[in-house]
Amino acid sequence: MSSLKTLFNEDVKVFNVGIPSFADDLKRQGVPVVHVEWRPPAGGNKRVIELLDRIKAWQAEYQTQAKS
Amino acid sequence: MATKINVQAANKEAISRIQTAVPVLKGLGIAKDIVPGMKKNLILHAGPPITWDRMSGPMKGAVMGALIYEGFAKTPEEAEKVAASPEIEYAPWHEHNGVGPMAGVATASMPVWIVENKTHGNRAYCTLNEGLGKVLRYGAYSEEVIARLNWMRDVLGPVLRETLEIKGEINLKSMIAQALQMGDEVHNRNRAGTSLLFRELAPALLDTSASPSDKKRVLEFINGNDHFFLNLSMPAAKAILQSAEWIDGSTILTVMCRNGTDFGIRVAGLKDRWFTAPAQVVKGLLFPGFSESDCNPDIGDSAITETCGIGGFAMAAAPAIVKFVGGSASDALNYTQKMYEITEAESTTFQIPSLDFRGSPTGINLLKVCETGILPQINTGIAHKQPGIGQVGAGLVNPPMKCFEDALEAYVETYVP
Repeated sequence: MSSLKTLFNEDVKVFNVGIPSFADDLKRQGVPVVHVEWRPPAGGNKRVIELLDRIKAWQAEYQTQAKS
Repeated sequence: MATKINVQAANKEAISRIQTAVPVLKGLGIAKDIVPGMKKNLILHAGPPITWDRMSGPMKGAVMGALIYEGFAKTPEEAEKVAASPEIEYAPWHEHNGVGPMAGVATASMPVWIVENKTHGNRAYCTLNEGLGKVLRYGAYSEEVIARLNWMRDVLGPVLRETLEIKGEINLKSMIAQALQMGDEVHNRNRAGTSLLFRELAPALLDTSASPSDKKRVLEFINGNDHFFLNLSMPAAKAILQSAEWIDGSTILTVMCRNGTDFGIRVAGLKDRWFTAPAQVVKGLLFPGFSESDCNPDIGDSAITETCGIGGFAMAAAPAIVKFVGGSASDALNYTQKMYEITEAESTTFQIPSLDFRGSPTGINLLKVCETGILPQINTGIAHKQPGIGQVGAGLVNPPMKCFEDALEAYVETYVP
């Protein structure tokens, strides 16, 4: 409860992760924002994720074989 | 399928070859005498393979100019007919150990620089830079363009050839490293590189057998063209990257290039394969009187500099370039910093003063591009989409993601059981 009180009694400090337009909107209203550029792996492209996973599994197997 | 491949080790080998390559300017020759596979009816061009019917305006203009220059045609109309005939063959520079800026058109009788990688012995070639304005590489083919090309073949080429015979080889790797310390990124800013080259060439040039007026004109030509060094930074980058072709299992890019219609990439572990997608529109600063509707899509082999970790990847070293390609000095810094996310190493030679002399981001890793979705940052000149007009501006562009997705698909198909 005390943290909620603090939240509404102090200036808002914002970290925005991902979509930059959210940060831009706040900046236009004079709210200080730190924007963190982030996007989901492979931009969320399922086929690319599947291909990358196959390469990772193949290389993990290589490492296991190399150790044995 | 090759199950026993360690991708990390393959990439380490590719990076080691890139880092240890030492491109030097060996000399100058005529394309038909030194470029592998060059012949009278062959036209080399920038970017991935393309046929006449799919060529963009500036590429067509450059081909027409080259046909007039080689004596295949007397008028642009005649040149257009010859260009479409089966008599003429086309091939990418990259398949003939070379590179060409913008349209990148080269023919048999053009003088070309010879750059050799002293460490691995491979050679790369490139034509001489014509300057700005109405020039063949931007698709211009008027009389002044052909007259300049004739002078380059008859005077500039022979004088520089003799100059280099007197001077001996010039280490381009250390010259590029110095140019980065002096505010160039050696793609769209070559003022320092050109000045350094001028200093190396001038004393020997004065000792050549050329007439005083030819010596004067050659020196004025180099001095009057800030991009003269581009046609050396490009084959130097090509010679460096050739040393990483072809390494089984490696996911390091060895080529990024454009022909004005398609963007193409090649990967060290996927021998001789091209992965292409439509070239993008360049966003940037246009010369007065031109608008975005005048601009041709991305064109030229000059993205070999970015592939090598310089050019757009080293923009933090060249804050003044934003006056030419757009953006702010902090943008230039950010572009370089972002490229560390998709590269495998930091150059041991090319350093960025504003980043505490950190090595430039080197060795674009296909897997990192696909995983992060971060595309390589390229800065480039912009050609008018109609043949015969020339440059209309400069700006920033990224490759299409599809090239990378297709390469990833092919990589898995080739290697992963």
